Amino acid sequence: MPVSRGRIAAIILFIGLVAAVPILNKRTATGGTSGGPRARARPASAGASTSAAAKGEGRSRHGLKLEEVSKSAGIDFVHTAPKLDPKLDHIMPQVASMGAGVSAVDFDRDGWLDLYVTNSGEGSLNRLYRNKKDGAFEDVAAALGVADLNREGTGVSMGTIWADYDGDGYEDMFLYKWGRCELFRNDAGKGFVRATDEAGLPAWMNVGCASWFDYDRDGRVDLFLGGYWPDDLDLWHLTTTKMMPESFEYAKNGGGNKLFRNLGGGKFQDVTAAVGLDSRRWSLCASAADLRGTGYPDLFVANDYGVSEFFANDGGQGFREIGKATGVGYAPKSGMNVSFGDVFNDGRFSVYVTNISEEGVLIQGNNLWVPKEGTSGDGLKYENLADALGVELGGWSFGAQFGDLNNDGTQDLVLTNGYVSDARDASYWYDYSIIAGGHSSIISDAKNWPAMKGKSLSGYQQKKVWLNDGAGRFAEVSQAVGYTDLHDGRAVVLADLWNRGALDMVIANQRGPLLVYKNEADPANAWIGFDLKGKAPNTSAIGAEVRLHWGGKVQLQQVSGGMSYSAQGPRALHFGLGKAPKVEKAVIRWPSGHEQVIEAPEPGRVHAVEES
Amino acid sequence: MSTAVLTEPAPPSPTPPPASPSRLRRYLTFDNRYLAPFLITCILLAGQIGYGFLESYTRTLLAIAGAVALELLLGRTIVGKWPHPASAYITGISVGILLRSPAFWPYVMCAWISICSKYAIRWRGRHIWNPSNLGVSTMLFLAPGTVATLSVQWGNTLWPMLVVWTIGSLIIWRLRRFHICATYAASFVALSFVRSVVTGEPWLAQVAPITGPMYQLFIFFMITDPPTTVRSKKGQILVAFLIALVEMILRLNRVVHAPYYALFLVGPAANIVDIWWRGRGEPAGAKPAAAPAVGAA
Repeated sequence: MPVSRGRIAAIILFIGLVAAVPILNKRTATGGTSGGPRARARPASAGASTSAAAKGEGRSRHGLKLEEVSKSAGIDFVHTAPKLDPKLDHIMPQVASMGAGVSAVDFDRDGWLDLYVTNSGEGSLNRLYRNKKDGAFEDVAAALGVADLNREGTGVSMGTIWADYDGDGYEDMFLYKWGRCELFRNDAGKGFVRATDEAGLPAWMNVGCASWFDYDRDGRVDLFLGGYWPDDLDLWHLTTTKMMPESFEYAKNGGGNKLFRNLGGGKFQDVTAAVGLDSRRWSLCASAADLRGTGYPDLFVANDYGVSEFFANDGGQGFREIGKATGVGYAPKSGMNVSFGDVFNDGRFSVYVTNISEEGVLIQGNNLWVPKEGTSGDGLKYENLADALGVELGGWSFGAQFGDLNNDGTQDLVLTNGYVSDARDASYWYDYSIIAGGHSSIISDAKNWPAMKGKSLSGYQQKKVWLNDGAGRFAEVSQAVGYTDLHDGRAVVLADLWNRGALDMVIANQRGPLLVYKNEADPANAWIGFDLKGKAPNTSAIGAEVRLHWGGKVQLQQVSGGMSYSAQGPRALHFGLGKAPKVEKAVIRWPSGHEQVIEAPEPGRVHAVEES
Repeated sequence: MSTAVLTEPAPPSPTPPPASPSRLRRYLTFDNRYLAPFLITCILLAGQIGYGFLESYTRTLLAIAGAVALELLLGRTIVGKWPHPASAYITGISVGILLRSPAFWPYVMCAWISICSKYAIRWRGRHIWNPSNLGVSTMLFLAPGTVATLSVQWGNTLWPMLVVWTIGSLIIWRLRRFHICATYAASFVALSFVRSVVTGEPWLAQVAPITGPMYQLFIFFMITDPPTTVRSKKGQILVAFLIALVEMILRLNRVVHAPYYALFLVGPAANIVDIWWRGRGEPAGAKPAAAPAVGAA
């Protein structure tokens, strides 16, 4: 039978289309995260020494070079995971997969940042690394009474957030746990006093995230807790195995939210129901900022197994969930991180929410929610520009932070990832895929889940350092600049650890070491910092905003009471300025709403500013 | 999904239709060609309004527009007449539902590959691959870094399944193909016992996929596609079982997209055998009586 010319044309077209697919795929899938079959779990320092970064390529091309220095800095912390009820043994690596957290805080007010690190094995010790100012740290957690906080029967640590809740000028610590959370009052930097009982906090709650913010602008920081596992669940003594999420993307059987209003005098009141923050999603990250321009901080919550929630603050009187109205609460994913960053230098925050992307199985993609031009208040609308800006694919993503790593005047983005790194030649993804799509009665019962048997689940993933080119595009340079480890990353902190005018990087890894990447930023680029001190009791100035005006740009940053997964960055705000900058002014809006302007602040130093 | 339920020759009617139906009856009679597009649109809207299960409206519209445009182009240039766009509309909407990708191009490419396959891969006047199954399988295999498929985005509860069952039953009832769905479902459940025994994993884990809404789309709308299934009822039952069997083998080899690949492998093989079997004794080049027109599906 003769073949018509039309048929031949169709065949040629068909072959051409099929051949184009892998080419297009290669161009699109820049988010490749697999360490590859030949990749090895190498010490970060070893990875960096063989990378282009060691040859100086990273710095000359990208304006920064990262060198992992935890060993020389005296940091030898390795996170341990909890061992939960034996009924979960077959899937233990994935249920006991969180708890590596880190916060950067100057707890003793000596002007140098210290690090608090959470551990999660039963009986394991948390660490408080005091900055010795000579490039090294020393662990003072035990001496100051904040080490032994994972005792059996009390649950295990998930992270900490710091703020001066009692107005004495020192940063106090709230430790959130799967179990009994703890509040510690900072005794003038000389020790910590347990203040949990008199504060009126819950005796048991499986908290996935927490954040300090002054929701009613009464001058005292309030405390938000986001539940992960159901509140009354004792993960070490399960009475039922029906404790897993009822759905992979629509679960509402997690822990409850809690908002504790700070009454002063060390007491807190549960106002959750009164302010309308009730929700039982599986919360993994929450952060607050004045996203609508009302002067009151709104609350953005990233939920695992479901949509993100945007709680609009109605003048400190209550909250309304407007996720769908703003566009961020429609497509459910596996939210694990919330970070705010002014990516366009236009004085507005975009919101970065991390999710899961696994080649060939699940491509959720991370979200970069950018506010639409001309929208604010109740009309605020977001659009997801993660794909357009090149920050969408990051593997099984966890913590991410914005910060100007090369001081070029734009906010870059660091992402850590990787869920369970175990056997290199066996993946649990197939097993995960069959159970995840099943009916809720099957998926919600742990005993139905296939055993992991040493398989990895999105393990050994390459991390991301996305440099903002200032023109609407991010370039991924992690391997070139030296972020080369393949651990299961959880928390990211960007902080100037040694007061050098460069943002260093601290990474907390699940079942892995705490890594400190020292940043050699391009000295040709200038910088400026602001260390804000608010009026008591919120001396931490949580919620204060700084808008820096220079060279026709305006960059917004704020003092956060907890941002990104299991992390809190420093209170001092760091701005890169690029070359030969002339800074016009810094406009500070304090949490009270009062504005303060600093005209022509001098670059190259941190300006200590007290609320006037 | 089925891309040709509307063009399959109607089964013989026990009573011949009236020669000239009344005007009222004409208004009240739903044209078969529009039934499947209408119902699949209902499924899309129910899924999107209830769960927001689409990657985005834009991407789905892109797939639909891409499919219809290429169908019109190829139909006009190769067959010489404008094809009815309903079939391409279903292909586009199927791609828009089943494909998951943060990028835009996979939706267009998948729609184009699906449509183009109907004109490029033919034997004795029939195309042998379910177009959207071929398109989706190609994308999953060749673009794993960019593309996944609908899995958990329609929740884990009962009501989406009821929606698919209701709408699916309407179509399957008209096409008299429920035996295909029943055979596949029964085979899947039975073979999940086998997988459970072989792997040592809980049976409920092995049977879990078929308890989710996504699988109902596969059962009702993809394996029943008339132009790309064999003609005899016994053959259809056998093929449905074989799809489940091959799927089991793929699943034992931990292939995530096993159902798509199983249909991709079994469907055309069965069609080739069916066409050959039916074509025995016919003169070379003779056109099988039941073959749909080019571009119809």
